[in-house]
Amino acid sequence: MYDAPKTAESTVSQNEIKFDCRDCQVWYGDTHAIKDVNIQIEDNTVTSFIGPSGCGKSTFLRCLNRMNDTIDVARVEGQFLLDGEDIYDRKVDPVQLRAKVGMVFQKPNPFPKSIYDNVAYGPKIHGMAKNKAELDEIVERALRRGAIWDEVKDRLDQPGTGLSGGQQQRLCIARAVATEPEVLLMDEPCSALDPIATALVEELIDELRTRYSVVIVTHSMQQAARVSQKTAFFHLGNLVEFGDTGEIFTNPNDPRTESYITGRIG
Amino acid sequence: MNDKHIVSSYDRDLEGLLAHIMKMGGLVEDAILRAARSLETRDEELAEEVRRGDKAIDDLEELIDEEAAQVIARRAPAASDLRTVLSILKIASNLERIGDYAKNMAKRTGVLAQMSPVSDSAAALRRMAREVERMLKDALDAYVRRDVDLACDVIRRDEEVDQMYNALFREFLTFMMEDPRNITPCMHLHFIAKNTERMGDHVTAIAEQAVYLVTGERPSELRVKADVTSETT
Repeated sequence: MYDAPKTAESTVSQNEIKFDCRDCQVWYGDTHAIKDVNIQIEDNTVTSFIGPSGCGKSTFLRCLNRMNDTIDVARVEGQFLLDGEDIYDRKVDPVQLRAKVGMVFQKPNPFPKSIYDNVAYGPKIHGMAKNKAELDEIVERALRRGAIWDEVKDRLDQPGTGLSGGQQQRLCIARAVATEPEVLLMDEPCSALDPIATALVEELIDELRTRYSVVIVTHSMQQAARVSQKTAFFHLGNLVEFGDTGEIFTNPNDPRTESYITGRIG
Repeated sequence: MNDKHIVSSYDRDLEGLLAHIMKMGGLVEDAILRAARSLETRDEELAEEVRRGDKAIDDLEELIDEEAAQVIARRAPAASDLRTVLSILKIASNLERIGDYAKNMAKRTGVLAQMSPVSDSAAALRRMAREVERMLKDALDAYVRRDVDLACDVIRRDEEVDQMYNALFREFLTFMMEDPRNITPCMHLHFIAKNTERMGDHVTAIAEQAVYLVTGERPSELRVKADVTSETT
């Protein structure tokens, strides 16, 4: 009997759970922004968070590396277990956590420093290199993983801010992977980019998942459909539906998901 | 045009679909040839194998439908990519029908094997089936190689299949008029002939998809309708 070869995107393998989030709540003052969210985020998988503006998807993403700590009125409850360990535990140093759980933002935000220093900054402060040669190696590896090495290798001493938007974003991804994170969070990483730069970043995201667990927040449902293997749909602070991306975009379970992805609510 | 997408997984999706179609085409070609051989050699065992083999063809069509739906939902294909996905869906459905006709031929072979042979019509049917199989092979080659000339050649060759069918139709009429005991086998043989002629039409439709894939247009009236039996009195 013929055994059909599976295409890359139709394969949903059983990966290990990277983040196990239980009964998660977030309040901004009196506003209950995240309500009883339970989700398990797999390793070596791109998980996308979709939903209308204000649905809580970015808020939830920011919980995963304690970015909400910096917001005074924000209150986070529940368990966020990274490899079984609660990241909100008193013992956990948020700076160490953020090296493990890297983040890329909507607008490319390179430091006003050279391309080299942008990438070298994290490894330096975390003491990852014993000498210059080791640091050079780390920088090159990160830039290669960011799929930007060939474009910048001859001008590493030039400012990162001089690159095009798409290149800056890939530089930021290289900077995020330089500290050897385990999880990469991306908050609208392509919304400031043109379609070609977007395609380059999407191709990069697909490569990154061989090493990391990638979580991406996107306003573009099509982007979620293209890049992710798992999709979570948030609505009014609730996690409405979470499942295989192929299933969500062809036959979602919840009528609210269907209404959102077909452009009937937003 | 660059033939690679920036997002390489998109290429893998499309190549996967194409690989399924080629696999399905291979199974269908095989089914036609083996069904026709079992008919001529009165090999019931082989006929039974062909009947059982149809399941694999049906399963592949289902797989192609599912994966094509995924590509449409997730990649929003445009231009030649869209034509690729649409044509693959249609070709899968054509192949599935051809597979059913081959299965039907194998079923009738089982019945015909219990009766005495009518002249050498089984050999003539096998020749017709072979021609259809060759056309199918060329149609799929034309599709993969994006060869419009070869596709148009296949479309023209359907006329020969139609003429083979017309000749067989008259032959069966004659046998039935000669001896009423020929009616039962000739009815079965006629259905086989008609089904083989229909296979040719589906092959033609596949060749038309090849033209559509490359040009974005349906081939103009290349096709001569040469099945005239509906007007036979």
